[in-house]
Amino acid sequence: MSPPLLELRAITKSFGGAQALRGVDFDLAAGEVHALVGENGAGKSTLIRIIAGAHPPDGGTVALAGRAVDRFDPAAAHALGVACIYQQPALFPDLTVLENIGLRLESGSPWRRVDWAGRRVRADQLLARIGAHLDPDREVRLLSMPEQQLVEIACAVGAGARIVIMDEPTASLTRQEQDLLHGVVRDLRRQGIGVIYISHRLEEVLALADRVTVLRDGENVGTHPTGVMTETELIRLMVGREISPIPPVGTSFAGAVLLSLRHLGCAASGVHGVNLELRRGEILGLAGLVGAGRTELARVLFGLTPATSGEIVFDGERVALRSPSEAIARGIAYVPEDRRRHGLVLALPVEENITLAIHRRLFPGSWLRPTAERSLTLEYLRDLAVKCPDPAAPAGSLSGGNQQKISLARWLATRPRLLILDEPTQGVDVGAKSELHRMIRRLAGDGLAVLLISSDLPEVIGLCDRIGVMRGGTLAAVLSGKSDPHDVMAVALGQAGGAAA
Amino acid sequence: MRRYSRELSVAGAFALLLAVLAVFAPGFYQPQPLLSLATREAPTLVVACGMALVMISRQIDISVGSQFSVCGVCAGLLAAMHWPLAALLPAAVGLGALLGAVNGLLIAGLGLPSIVVTLAMMVTLRQGLNLVRQGKFVDLPENFQWFGLPQATGQWLLVGGALVCVLGLAAALRHLAAGRFVYAIGSDAEAARLAGLRPRLGTFGALVGLGALTGLAAVMNVVQSPQVQPLAGSGLELKVIAAAVVGGVAISGGRGNLWGVLAGVLLLATISPALTHLRVEAHWERAIQGAIVILAILADGAHRRWGKR
Repeated sequence: MSPPLLELRAITKSFGGAQALRGVDFDLAAGEVHALVGENGAGKSTLIRIIAGAHPPDGGTVALAGRAVDRFDPAAAHALGVACIYQQPALFPDLTVLENIGLRLESGSPWRRVDWAGRRVRADQLLARIGAHLDPDREVRLLSMPEQQLVEIACAVGAGARIVIMDEPTASLTRQEQDLLHGVVRDLRRQGIGVIYISHRLEEVLALADRVTVLRDGENVGTHPTGVMTETELIRLMVGREISPIPPVGTSFAGAVLLSLRHLGCAASGVHGVNLELRRGEILGLAGLVGAGRTELARVLFGLTPATSGEIVFDGERVALRSPSEAIARGIAYVPEDRRRHGLVLALPVEENITLAIHRRLFPGSWLRPTAERSLTLEYLRDLAVKCPDPAAPAGSLSGGNQQKISLARWLATRPRLLILDEPTQGVDVGAKSELHRMIRRLAGDGLAVLLISSDLPEVIGLCDRIGVMRGGTLAAVLSGKSDPHDVMAVALGQAGGAAA
Repeated sequence: MRRYSRELSVAGAFALLLAVLAVFAPGFYQPQPLLSLATREAPTLVVACGMALVMISRQIDISVGSQFSVCGVCAGLLAAMHWPLAALLPAAVGLGALLGAVNGLLIAGLGLPSIVVTLAMMVTLRQGLNLVRQGKFVDLPENFQWFGLPQATGQWLLVGGALVCVLGLAAALRHLAAGRFVYAIGSDAEAARLAGLRPRLGTFGALVGLGALTGLAAVMNVVQSPQVQPLAGSGLELKVIAAAVVGGVAISGGRGNLWGVLAGVLLLATISPALTHLRVEAHWERAIQGAIVILAILADGAHRRWGKR
């Protein structure tokens, strides 16, 4: 038997303290479609980045066609015939299909004469070979998403790729567009190209792929032929682990309804038809895949992308939340995802970050009062156990967990009634994480309504009173807080027969 | 102290220049020429403070020179119609604010890039003024120059006024919540928006503020001579941006303060008379000013790389 096209052995990779991959084995044969599935953060992206040469692995071996590769970078991966097609195609939007293909495939001096006729013949051949009916003279920005993916695939084929990686190519496609793409993938397989296919759509995976590998917490928990697999079994493998114990700190005391959403929608962000009630003192988890609309819903509630349909009733009053300042005035606080980018103004001092949302209250008449600011800051730093030697130091000088706490402190200082937390414990170490959990529970105990967006299933299940599961821009189901993780996952993935509350 | 190291280094350079002059050209230190120099630069200082505001909020306005000319000519025409100063000054400031508001609407309201908007504004205002006035000077009435006061008193009044302006603005920037918003918006507009601030309103406010200060500065310039030159503001934008950059205001927003700007204006303004007194050819003036700006930008780059603010 000839060696597999690609063989990874015991690949490890960590970022900072977080172990993204713990000894993953993976192989791919020529003329095979091998699917890769797993929850958010299971290590899929890291694995394909390693195969594409974007990250060097910390340990383990990579072999292509039986030959070990020791130095693997994007150029080497390209030369060895690995092509990666991302969800968002990386094409030049203002150039035509022809020019894009030419730029990708032609080599030579920048001063060479462009052989337009040759370029056109080649592009036509490539497009025909993958069965794409595209006008080569159209500008890429005028193409639909799947058409752009076809251009990417044409480039990959034209570059003589032997391994094509496709990262959630069908995530934003319609049914017909998916079918078209599946046809192209099958063509590639017939031509002996190995395809690594990442998707959250399990039925698609089972229909299209020859084998499927499930990643969980950076480990390969099983590679199976799709013939013997079912969706239920895949979900079991994806979730699989015992729920790590999050001590249920106190019990929920659900008070009066604080927030109720009726058919809420926002055309710009794709949120639609959300019905939800949230009570004081309740922690409602929002689970779902990346891109299911959880952050988008939070942004609607915070007035960042105001709702365009449906209604929001807050504290018994119908409200139109048109801007963050309006939402803040109502008592809504939003601790955004990805604090490194926009959660804090990193260049400003810690104390200024903490008081940034409460100027009106803390500084009546707008004249700053440094002593009041300092004492309020110290109070919150103590309360949240932030390690911060100097409140006048820039917020960017603190560690990730402490930055998260500063971001939380800012919003607690607004004395909110509804606290929206977006992935609050992502990238935070274990100690700080359980500290944050206790804090969230304590806040709910004080009567705060908490909307907790999290991709960490044990966290959602351990901490929340109820779990809303989002899929495709809407709330697919609301489950009880003591739900089985498989049920949550089944709803998130859209598997029919998943439990409903 | 480290927080102000950038401003202190400019002040240090200025002090060094003064020391060199003290040793090699003590003739520089004569009260009347120095007072005249300070008076000439007073309007520049006022505009530079406004420019610092706009730059800290991560925008730029290169139409200030044209705004300055327009406001100056209008103030002159009103003076020729015997408007009292108490009515003329608010009118000029208001006109400047209005021009700033047009910039602000296009930049903050429509989200257009400030460099393009204000470039168009600069050309439009300059050509418009040319078309209407055909390059004519405006003759001012008697008793308008120096507010009708003795020259020295008028000069002190202008220099004092400019300093009060810097003091007031510096205090506002440091002690008012609005001042802090300017820094927050310039550092990270999206983070500021997520904190409930309104970056677009802040940007608009900074541009209007710069326009108003430009109007004020135009009047401060008009009262210095018996006639209004229609091209009084040409080149002013480069002068004030250079002063702000030398004074440590980051072109990328979020950093800088008015003490640095004051030092920057003083340093750049002193170069020319200093060269005369040191008997260096006057041609070198522009080259030296350019070199100082480049040095300042290099210093900022080094500053950032060392990771200290």
